[in-house]
Amino acid sequence: MIVRILGEAQFDVADTDKSTLDNLEHALNAAVEGHDETAFASALASLIDAVRRTGTPLAPDSFTSSDLVVPFSDATLDETKALLEEPGGERT
Amino acid sequence: MGVMKRMSGILQAKTNKMLDKAEDPRESLDLSYQHLLENLQKVRRSVADVTTAKKRIELQATQLQGQADKLQQQAKDALGQNREDLAREALARRAALEPQLAELQTQHQQVADQETKLIVTSKNLQTQVDAFRTKKETMKATYTAAEAQTKIGEAVSGISESMGDAGMSVQRAQDKIDSMQARAGAMDELLASGALTDLTNPVDDIQAQLDQVSATSTVDDELAALKAEIGSGAPAQIGPAEGEAPKGPGGAPA
Repeated sequence: MIVRILGEAQFDVADTDKSTLDNLEHALNAAVEGHDETAFASALASLIDAVRRTGTPLAPDSFTSSDLVVPFSDATLDETKALLEEPGGERT
Repeated sequence: MGVMKRMSGILQAKTNKMLDKAEDPRESLDLSYQHLLENLQKVRRSVADVTTAKKRIELQATQLQGQADKLQQQAKDALGQNREDLAREALARRAALEPQLAELQTQHQQVADQETKLIVTSKNLQTQVDAFRTKKETMKATYTAAEAQTKIGEAVSGISESMGDAGMSVQRAQDKIDSMQARAGAMDELLASGALTDLTNPVDDIQAQLDQVSATSTVDDELAALKAEIGSGAPAQIGPAEGEAPKGPGGAPA
């Protein structure tokens, strides 16, 4: 699957690594729902680290759509919450 | 649905807005290329904006730091003249500048980060522009195959997603610059109004008092020397011989 880190690059992450990302994303989801700034920052850092570690960066000229998108590496909780309210970000 | 899937949906929605519903997929390749070029221009302008904003903060920080250094020096001078009260005042004013300096440093870091990110975005887009220009011509040439049509769709979606990402990066940098500009404007006004500069103006109150202390102490020294001469008739510091011509202060020849 292709994962994009906003403002950085796209990564090809093997399906076998999906559970790793899922677990880390749960922590991120919980931080967003619980409005926990500290937990959000650490969950986002861990998730981005995992994407970079398990994924292979795509060349900028690969022209591929992404399956998953990770917020900007220095995104704040408020900024992310505001972004999630934009069209296309509905929960269901 | 998790944050990553929702983020993907948001980027997709932005991308869809950008996609041109061209009748002929080959036409959508050219339109996407045009968009890509415009996008690159936008990112480059944004890099320039961020750099300008960064320079403005640096200028303000230099001005404030100069004022802080001057107050520090005044505190030293005041102590040298045994005016602890003045030294205390100068140090207190210097301390009041610290939060402003710290705020400027934080802003500078944020803007510098945005600049670094946008430069990367700009470089990536440039690479994409070059690659897409070649790729679209190849695709147009092989368009007859049904398979090529799907590939065009994929390439156009992929490139649009990149533009969506770049657009979000530019928007983000712009938001940061906007909020920073407002604060920088307030700081400029503060600097211009003299609310800060008065503290370290060459003729400010601390400096005036220091100058006065310095002048007074010179007069005091001279007075003491004169009193010593006249008072005892044979002051120790002027010399033992009676009837000698009076000497100037500090024992210098008259």
